[in-house]
Amino acid sequence: MSLYQNLILDHYRNPRNHGVLKKATHHGEADNPICGDTLQMDIIVKNDIIEDVKFSGSGCAISQASASLFTEAVKKKSIRKALVLEPKDVLTLLGITLSPNRLKCGLLSLETLHLTLNQELGIKNQDNKP
Amino acid sequence: MLNGFVLILNFYLSFSILIFTFSIIHKKMLNPQTIKQDFPIFTHQKELVYLDSAATALKPQTVIDAEKKYLEQYSSNVGRGLYPLAETATEKFEAVREKIARFIGAADTQEIIFTSGTTASINLAAGLLAESVHPADNIVVTEMEHHSNYLPWKELAKKCGASFHVIPITGEGAIDIATLKNSIDERTKIAAFSAVSNVLGTINPVEKFVAAIKGINPQTLVLVDAAQAAPHMRIDVSLWRADFVAFSGHKMFGPTGVGVLYGKAALLETFPPIVFGGGMVFDACAEDTRYREIPYRFEAGTPNIGGVIALGAALDYIENIGFTNIRAYETALTAYAQKRLQETFDDAIRIIGPKDTKDRGGIIAFSLKNIHPHDIAQLLGEQNICVRAGEHCAAPLHRRFGLSATTRLSLSIYNSEEDIEKLITALKEIQKIFSVA
Repeated sequence: MSLYQNLILDHYRNPRNHGVLKKATHHGEADNPICGDTLQMDIIVKNDIIEDVKFSGSGCAISQASASLFTEAVKKKSIRKALVLEPKDVLTLLGITLSPNRLKCGLLSLETLHLTLNQELGIKNQDNKP
Repeated sequence: MLNGFVLILNFYLSFSILIFTFSIIHKKMLNPQTIKQDFPIFTHQKELVYLDSAATALKPQTVIDAEKKYLEQYSSNVGRGLYPLAETATEKFEAVREKIARFIGAADTQEIIFTSGTTASINLAAGLLAESVHPADNIVVTEMEHHSNYLPWKELAKKCGASFHVIPITGEGAIDIATLKNSIDERTKIAAFSAVSNVLGTINPVEKFVAAIKGINPQTLVLVDAAQAAPHMRIDVSLWRADFVAFSGHKMFGPTGVGVLYGKAALLETFPPIVFGGGMVFDACAEDTRYREIPYRFEAGTPNIGGVIALGAALDYIENIGFTNIRAYETALTAYAQKRLQETFDDAIRIIGPKDTKDRGGIIAFSLKNIHPHDIAQLLGEQNICVRAGEHCAAPLHRRFGLSATTRLSLSIYNSEEDIEKLITALKEIQKIFSVA
């Protein structure tokens, strides 16, 4: 089965939540230097709820479609609920299985979210480099 | 009677001419379909389009057989055993050292050190030179280097407190000889550059570069990374006059885990070993350790015996076809690929590296407008078309061109115009998939 299913291509071509939030309460970014994928995330948190989230950056279709699907999934969720999401949940959203070489692309959005929100929970940002 | 003789003679002569002509044509026209039959992977992978030979070349049956034969029939260690098996293994192993010396024009078999590959070869050279680099010295590399010929030198400079200088490349991906000369001074201890770039395909005029470097500073030691040259063109260290030359077996149809560091004998003699263990020592008594002669003192531990023997078979395979034929065929195919890619994708494609095919090996790195190289490579992979995507272990080079990654195809003798056409058809489909409706 091709990795490039309609869902992924649709989100790559028409990304949801793409852009920046001027009034963001949280900002974070991560990259995947081996591929050259970059992702920035702006989040507005209100009463521990992700009121709004937007992403920008560049990279392969998998990384960008994943960011689109993932931001849709975490929007309006509580921070705690968003942060318990695991790699397998992201893959479920994408509807594909990724080879080890492409996993990092698919999980970049999850990683960025963690980097962006961990400070909220008083968790020290971990080095995002592999 | 005489008539009959003339007739036979005539017949004989025409027949000889025919055979001669046929052999010339045959030599000139390397047939990829015939070549393909030498590589068993094509019978296992029916629709394989392998365009990643710069990463590793496929293996001909003769190479596989040579390694298998060692493992099955005379598996034993080299250099020590006095029984026939070990003697056979040692003989065959050392015969490859001789073969390599001849293959690259080395004056002596002592100048051939077996390693696990180009990376290990360059790191070994850097290790041998560690004591010779001092704080006021500098080490020079180029912007087109593979990380293997970049990081060992950068780290060595850092460790020794020496400065590290990177020679910039031109927009076409070449090294300007004036810029090269300007980078060398009386404190340049080491200059390292590749014979062929693994991304741009640029063929550097090694002989000219070495002469230019030595012309400014005869003391500068020069290392040439020949990993991408060795499978495709004749290396002649007697002409190059570099102090060190490094290359891998697996890129020249041999197995992985075998490589060579060539070093000038007089120079190698000056270095003590840096890796210690078995096989590199005469006498290891407490007070007095006597290390073996070169190259053995640099080959501690059991080498990749089967791999070396199989590399010998790979060299035979190359010699049998001949570098003239290989280079001619690959140049023609590279020109075809360049032309077809350019005319098909026009403004949407950007091919980096030399425009003129005579200045490049069979490597073409490109970017296709609005499509990430990883998406291209993945989708091509789904059709069993194998290319590389990424920065190809050459981050400084990609930064130079403002690219985060490229898609790279690299050619060998088993590739054909048909492979290029399959690639182009697939790329067109990929363009369609990603086109915004």
